[in-house]
Amino acid sequence: MAEASNQFIDALGGTSAVARLLNAPVSTVHSWRSIGIPQSRLAHLRLVALAEGKPPPDEPAINAERDGLAATRKAMPAAPAAPSRYPPGAQAFPHRGLLGIGQLATHEILFLLDEAEQWVELNRQAKKHTDRLAGLTIINAFFENSTRTLLSFEIAGKRLGADVVNMHAAQSSVKKGETLIDTAMTLNAMQVDAIVIRHGSSGAVRLIADKVACPVLNAGDGQHEHPTQGLLDALALRHALRARGRASSDGMLNGLVVTICGDVMHSRVARSNILCLQALGAIVRVCAPPALLPAGVEAMGVTPFHHFDAALEGADVVMMLRLQNERMDGQFVPSPREYRHLYGLTPERLARAAPDAIVMHPGPMNRGVEIDSTVADLAGRSIITAQVEMGVAIRMACLDVLTRRGRGVEGWA
Amino acid sequence: MKQARPLAIVGAKLVTPQGVSPGTLRCVDGRILAVGEDAQPGDEIIDAKGQLLAPGLIDFGVFAIDKPAFHFGGITRAALLPDQSPPLDHPARVRFAAQSGKPDLWVHPLAAATVGLEGGQLAELALMREAGAKAISTGRRWIADSGVMHRLLQYAAMLDLVVVAHPEDGGLAGHAVATAGEMATRLGLPSAPAEAEALAVARDVALAELTGARLHLRQVTTAAALDLVRAAKRRGVAVTAGVTPAHFMLSDLALGDFRTFARLSPPLRDEADRQAVIAALGDGTIDVVASGHDPRGPEDKRLPFADAAPGMAGAETLLAMVLTLVRDEVIALERAFDLVARNPARLLGVAAGELAVCAEADIALIDPAKPWVVDSAKMAAAAGNTPFDRQPVEGRVLKLWKGGVAVG
Repeated sequence: MAEASNQFIDALGGTSAVARLLNAPVSTVHSWRSIGIPQSRLAHLRLVALAEGKPPPDEPAINAERDGLAATRKAMPAAPAAPSRYPPGAQAFPHRGLLGIGQLATHEILFLLDEAEQWVELNRQAKKHTDRLAGLTIINAFFENSTRTLLSFEIAGKRLGADVVNMHAAQSSVKKGETLIDTAMTLNAMQVDAIVIRHGSSGAVRLIADKVACPVLNAGDGQHEHPTQGLLDALALRHALRARGRASSDGMLNGLVVTICGDVMHSRVARSNILCLQALGAIVRVCAPPALLPAGVEAMGVTPFHHFDAALEGADVVMMLRLQNERMDGQFVPSPREYRHLYGLTPERLARAAPDAIVMHPGPMNRGVEIDSTVADLAGRSIITAQVEMGVAIRMACLDVLTRRGRGVEGWA
Repeated sequence: MKQARPLAIVGAKLVTPQGVSPGTLRCVDGRILAVGEDAQPGDEIIDAKGQLLAPGLIDFGVFAIDKPAFHFGGITRAALLPDQSPPLDHPARVRFAAQSGKPDLWVHPLAAATVGLEGGQLAELALMREAGAKAISTGRRWIADSGVMHRLLQYAAMLDLVVVAHPEDGGLAGHAVATAGEMATRLGLPSAPAEAEALAVARDVALAELTGARLHLRQVTTAAALDLVRAAKRRGVAVTAGVTPAHFMLSDLALGDFRTFARLSPPLRDEADRQAVIAALGDGTIDVVASGHDPRGPEDKRLPFADAAPGMAGAETLLAMVLTLVRDEVIALERAFDLVARNPARLLGVAAGELAVCAEADIALIDPAKPWVVDSAKMAAAAGNTPFDRQPVEGRVLKLWKGGVAVG
């Protein structure tokens, strides 16, 4: 601390008063309290003190003090800041919207996951509110029915202080024959700050994103991608591994064997998870009857299985998917009973996976079909509710990061 | 309009089925009078300045009559598919369609094989032939019922009309909008295995062989289906095959970014199938290249991929794309015009499609090396839905005559 400088600043009426007298920023004057008043300002301050009828500064003391402090600083350089994993400078996060995991590089995925950690913390407090997005308007435009994702996005927006409006396709002019593009133009004209979209057709969200000025977040487009689900699953896995003392320090999931089992064909969750988990270094297996495994899926880098037991062998994580009957065009499995017989996750089956294997499900679950209740509720193994918790945090992080450009916040962090 | 004066085009490189040779072409009363002889006194003389003189293109399979696009592309005749609204399943509609382009574009309607193209009840094929239908078509759909297809081919054989089929097994294809494979999987698009085509080709070829009917498979786009066609031709089955430039120029990689201009029926295939199409063009398995011209505006195309209508505006780029095959030494120049003019004329049974004495004087003067860039924003077509947007190409029509009368 700069004793002499502090005394003089206080004598003149404090930091703000001095700042006003000098027409200098408060932060500048404040910094003098620790580094000393610079010589270039002293003459000016002497005149100010004279005009105000205050005692003049003890100039020799202030000069000696400042130079002494400068010398100590030079002798003990500040410890270098931990090197950031993210690009320095004022450059913004390089994506205008979040259309899919496919567009993200590994460090961008890690950044979103790291950003979400603060919101996990906040969401566990009694008072779960910030004003970071205060004054912003977010529209949740859901052209397809949804409960949990819509709720999750709504809560995320509200906890960040934004005004959140939900648009349900059932009550919208979409039913009256308005085209998707016209709907997008309408939303755009309302000067919203972010649009969250779910639509039943692959690529629909991208189509809208090309037509609007604000960030667009994909909350699921057809059978293409559901990026926030991919991210939240990675975050939930990271937390589960941390609880087991197996988390890696760099936040990656290197070498983790994840088995995704179920209706991979019709699942956007599977596609986003395959891309996200692989970007983080995990080894992904997919398992489904042939009719529900899309052609060429191995080209995405996964190992395909038809026999669940083989796919489970030694897996660290088992992610179960629901049969998406609403997307099926014809019959893909003979009956739910038969499906459970071949692909249901029972306690006996789970025993084939690695000891302590983690059980996941994006929901909604069909208990007794793809997953037994005993497994779904297995404490310490099933992280299904944690996935939902992480969902809110991830969506807060995405909304925060993607609106930074619009809010004039510079840089990544 | 009738040709008033004899026309002599001098100094041209004439493209005939025998090859390319320098010479003069004389046309009188709308027909070609002489190939290779000198101009006579009183002729209207056009100097071709050494450019190519070729038959006007006959586009074997378009979905819309789009005169500016056809004339831009050197097309003087077009076979109109029955997928109109309402479908061409009635003699009166066929007669109207047959008149609709005259005089500077002749439209040859293809009669709908079944009422409403539903694949159930045979349409009045003989009456439609009287009204001007030059062939029969199943349109963009496949006749699922093999019994119906059998009877159709029997009937068509009796009427001596070609049946133009769309070979794609409906059960397997379902609502697919892409070929099953990595691309469709990554994009999450409903997809069907490429074998849907070979299955349909196998059945239709078997029935054509059984009935003796002439069968034209409008688009054969996969290696397996092309092998079936090749084998059938070797056996002497009266089967011919066609394709559009999209399937020899593009693979399903063009679907990236959900570009709906690349939403086609049948869907784009993988690279191995594209190469098989090129090989089949080279060895003569494919007889016809058509544009499949189907201009679609934003109301049909600016939609999510799976919801968009299939089809491309192809008339303007047809010639340039076929000339690409010549430049790549897949085919000789005269064979290029077999694909786009002579073979279609034979299938339709019209006296046109080649520079031969007595043939209709449908002529195109072409600069085969003129470079230009396809631009979907500046198309002559009713809509700019071309999958070749921004692609640099070579070959433009300089002048076009229909029945000896200059067009445009």
